[in-house]
Amino acid sequence: MATREIAGKTVQVNDEGFMTEPSEWTKEIAVAIAKEEGIAELTPEHWKVIDFCRQDGVASGKSPTLRRITNQAGVSTKDLFALFPKGPAKKVARISGLGKPEGCV
Amino acid sequence: MAEENRKIVFICSKGDLDMAYPALILGWAALGYGIDVTFFFTFWGMDLIRKLRQDHLEIAPVGNTSMKMSMMGVNTGNLGIPQIMGVLPGMTAFATKLMKSKMTELEVPPVGEYLQMLVDAGAKLYACKMTNDMYGLTKDDYVDGVIGIASAADVIDMAEGAQIVFV
Repeated sequence: MATREIAGKTVQVNDEGFMTEPSEWTKEIAVAIAKEEGIAELTPEHWKVIDFCRQDGVASGKSPTLRRITNQAGVSTKDLFALFPKGPAKKVARISGLGKPEGCV
Repeated sequence: MAEENRKIVFICSKGDLDMAYPALILGWAALGYGIDVTFFFTFWGMDLIRKLRQDHLEIAPVGNTSMKMSMMGVNTGNLGIPQIMGVLPGMTAFATKLMKSKMTELEVPPVGEYLQMLVDAGAKLYACKMTNDMYGLTKDDYVDGVIGIASAADVIDMAEGAQIVFV
């Protein structure tokens, strides 16, 4: 398994750039990955989504799907796509230190 | 030089409940990955966007060689539903109800809600001009979110540089 350094911490990643050990995630890592994904600043609205994904992802062992995020975190589809433009599925999972979402909806 | 964004155009030509979902599911996945998504509805596929029809899509057991008894929770392997049973009143409604309940279990939204979700995520929906004229429809017959009525030439223009998925 490959490793890389993000926000001064060495973490394990797969070949698609997703972290493979959710426990290695920190808020500083989220900020750094968000910048890589073109999101300059994480607002409280972003954190609402990320916090939900962390909680849900760590508990279930897998990344929540977008549909699950909008239903359970109380964020509309429009807002989710505005907060994480051009592909929230991958961006949210990466920023939250989780794997690629496996669900289809 | 700015990198051109990947584009997919889905052409939906079927109005059966089972044939409605492939494009919706793939379109949603594509939007989640930042791909530009356009839907063009034609012929029976227009049922997905017609107010009158959208909530009434069905799946018929008649002539469906893949629909087996085992789908209904009866462990009978490859045993099919006899075609003669398929024509009985209520069988299509029964198969439809069964499929809808399976979809609900998987948290897959109904077609109308699904399309709204796609529109909210940035998908563009168009109705086919020829089918529109054939059925004598107007823009008022379509659900919110349908941008307009497009001709074959319009679709060819929209599809420039896109990957096309025909359902």
